[in-house]
Amino acid sequence: MNAQQIDQQTLLKNEKDPLTHTPVHLLSLEGVGKHYGNIIALRDVTMAVDNGRVTCVLGDNGAGKSTLIKIIAGLHQHDEGTLQVMGDARKFNSPRDALDAGIATVYQDLAVVPLMPIWRNFFLGSELTSGFGPFKSMDVQKMKDITLKELAEMGIDLRDVDQPIGQLSGGERQCVAIARAVYFGAKVLILDEPTAALGVKQSGVVLRYILQARDRGLGVIFITHNPHHAFPVGDRFLLLKRGKSIGYYDKKDITLDELTAQMAGGAELAELAHELEQLGGHSDALEEVKAEVAGVADAAPESATKRH
Amino acid sequence: MANTTTLPPAGASAPGDERVGRRSPVQKFLARPEVGALVGAVVLFIFFASVSQTFTQPNALATVLYGSSTIGIMAVGVSLLMIGGEFDLSTGVAVISSALTASLFSWNFSLNAWVGVTLALVVSLGIGFINGWILVKTKLPSFIVTLATFLMLTGLNLALTRLIGGSVSSPSISKLDGFESARAVFASSVSIGGVEVKITVFFWIILVAVASWILLRTRVGNWIFAVGGDANAARAVGVPVTKTKIGLFMAVGFCGWILGMHNLFAFDAVQSGEGVGNEFLYIIAAVIGGCLLTGGYGSAVGGAIGAFIFGMANKGIVYAQWNPDWFKFFLGLMLLLATIVNLIVKRRAELK
Repeated sequence: MNAQQIDQQTLLKNEKDPLTHTPVHLLSLEGVGKHYGNIIALRDVTMAVDNGRVTCVLGDNGAGKSTLIKIIAGLHQHDEGTLQVMGDARKFNSPRDALDAGIATVYQDLAVVPLMPIWRNFFLGSELTSGFGPFKSMDVQKMKDITLKELAEMGIDLRDVDQPIGQLSGGERQCVAIARAVYFGAKVLILDEPTAALGVKQSGVVLRYILQARDRGLGVIFITHNPHHAFPVGDRFLLLKRGKSIGYYDKKDITLDELTAQMAGGAELAELAHELEQLGGHSDALEEVKAEVAGVADAAPESATKRH
Repeated sequence: MANTTTLPPAGASAPGDERVGRRSPVQKFLARPEVGALVGAVVLFIFFASVSQTFTQPNALATVLYGSSTIGIMAVGVSLLMIGGEFDLSTGVAVISSALTASLFSWNFSLNAWVGVTLALVVSLGIGFINGWILVKTKLPSFIVTLATFLMLTGLNLALTRLIGGSVSSPSISKLDGFESARAVFASSVSIGGVEVKITVFFWIILVAVASWILLRTRVGNWIFAVGGDANAARAVGVPVTKTKIGLFMAVGFCGWILGMHNLFAFDAVQSGEGVGNEFLYIIAAVIGGCLLTGGYGSAVGGAIGAFIFGMANKGIVYAQWNPDWFKFFLGLMLLLATIVNLIVKRRAELK
C-alpha cells in the first residue's frame, strides 16, 4: 500500500469527505493536558478524528502517546482542555464509558486474555445472552458462528474458535481485537502500537486491517513510533515529544522523509555527532551521523512552515 | 511472546492449511482441566477397591461421598474464586464463624433457630464482601488480606463464644423452636435403595451443577475466567472486575454458610476452635481438580473430583485398615502427583 493509492481513494470519496463537509469531528481534542502530581505527562495536545480517516500519533518512548490514548480510552481523565465526541464535551470515567461512546481501544499487550478461547475473548464484556432473569445464559453457538464469520471477513481463517487465543500469533491476536471492535459498532478505533512487537510481514497484515477498518467508515487512531508504518496508512499525523505536540500535519503537507526527520529530531542527532567527535575513533559512525544531520537540516525548515 | 515465531502468520493460513493438524476429540477431551484429577480418581478408586473388600459396599460409598461433600461444598466456591485469580485462607474458620453466629445469636435471645440461620447467611456473605472489598480497594495480594481475616476470625470465634456462651463450645440449641426443621434441611439423610445418603451430598451436586452452568454458559462465567486470566485486559474491554471479584468472595461465603449450618445442625453445638487448617483442604481439592493457582483456568467439576479424591483417601485408609496417621502424607503426595499430571496433560494437549 503506497501513498499514491491512498490519495486516489481520498479523491474518490471527496463527495462526502468529512474533512470538509461534516461540521463536527467524530472525536476532537483541544488543548488537552494531564499531570500526575507535579509531573506533566501531556500538555496542549490538539487533534481530530473523522469517519474513514486514520489519524496517526507518532512519538518516541515517553513522548506521552500512552497517556494520550489512556485519556481517550477512559482509563485516565484529562486535567486541561476539552475532549469532544460529535461536538459534545466529554470526560470518561471508565473504559466502559468510552466504549459506550463508540470508542474502542486495541492495546498492544493487553488486548486479550490468553488462556480463554477465541470466541470468549471476542465477546468478552459484551456477551450475547438469551433467556430471562436469573436463567439468562450465553448464546454460545451464535457467538461462535459470529466470531468465525467476522474473523473470516477480516481475512483470518480459523479452524477452531475454541482454541485458547494465546495460541494465535501476535498479529492474529491484534486482528481478532480489531475485528471485535469493528463488530461491536466502534466509531473510533484506537490502536496502541499494534506493529511494535511484530515482524515485517505481520506488520503488513496489521496495516492492511487498519485500512479495512478505515474503509468500513471508522475513525482510526494509530499510535506508533515507526513513521514507515504510519505514513502509508495515515491521513493526519500528530507528533509528540516530551508530552508536547511538536507538529500536526495533513498528509498532503508532509513527506515520509520530513516525518522521519521530525521524529528523529535534528538537535539530538547534532548532539550525538558532537559526542562522537569528542570520544574520537568512531570516524565511520561520525560520518553517518553528520550526513543524517545534514539531511534533517534540509527537511526540517520546510516542514516547520507547514505546521497547523 | 514466544509463540509469535512458532506459529504461521495470519495471512498465510489458507483453508485446509497443511501445517495445522486437526485435533481429535480425544485430544480435546485431554485438554479439559479436570482430566488429570479424573485419571487420579479412577486409579485411586481401583486401588482401594482392590485392597479393601468393604470399600465398594453401598454404605461405604455413601460414607465416602459424605466425607467428600463436606470438602466439596466449599471446593465449589474456592474453585470459582481460584479461577477468578484469588484465593481465600479464611474459609476454614469462616465456616465455624457462620455456625457460631447462628447458634449463639438464637440461643442468647431464645429466638427461632431460623433467625440465627438467616443472620449467619448475612454474616457469611458479609465476610466474603469485606475480604473482596479490601482486596480490590487496597490491591494487596489475597494471601495477605485473607490471612488477616483468618486470624481475626479465629480470635473472634474463641473470644465471642466464651464471652456469650461461657465455654469453648457453643451452648446446645436443640431445645429452640425451628431446630428440628432446620436439622431436616441441613443435616438429614435420604434413603436411596436402603442406603442412607446425607443431604450434603445433594447440596454438593446441586452447587457443582449451578457453578458449572455459571462458568460455562453465562456472562458472569466469562467474566470470572477473564478477571483471573488477565484483569487489566478484562477491565479494558468493559468487564466489571471489582464486582466480579467481590461476588466471588461472597459466593465462597455462601458455600461456607451451607457447610456451617450442616456442622451446627448435624449436632446441636459447635467447637469454637475448629476449622483451622481446613482452608488448605479446599484449596488442595481445587488444585487437584485442575484449577490454576494463578487463575484463569479450571472447572467446578474439577474441584468436585478433587474433593472426591480427598474423601476416598480419607475413608479408604480406614476401610483398608491402615494407620490413619499416614493420611496427611498421602494427601501431600497426591497433591504433588496430581499437579504434575495436570501440568503434563495440559502441555501435551495444548501443543498438539
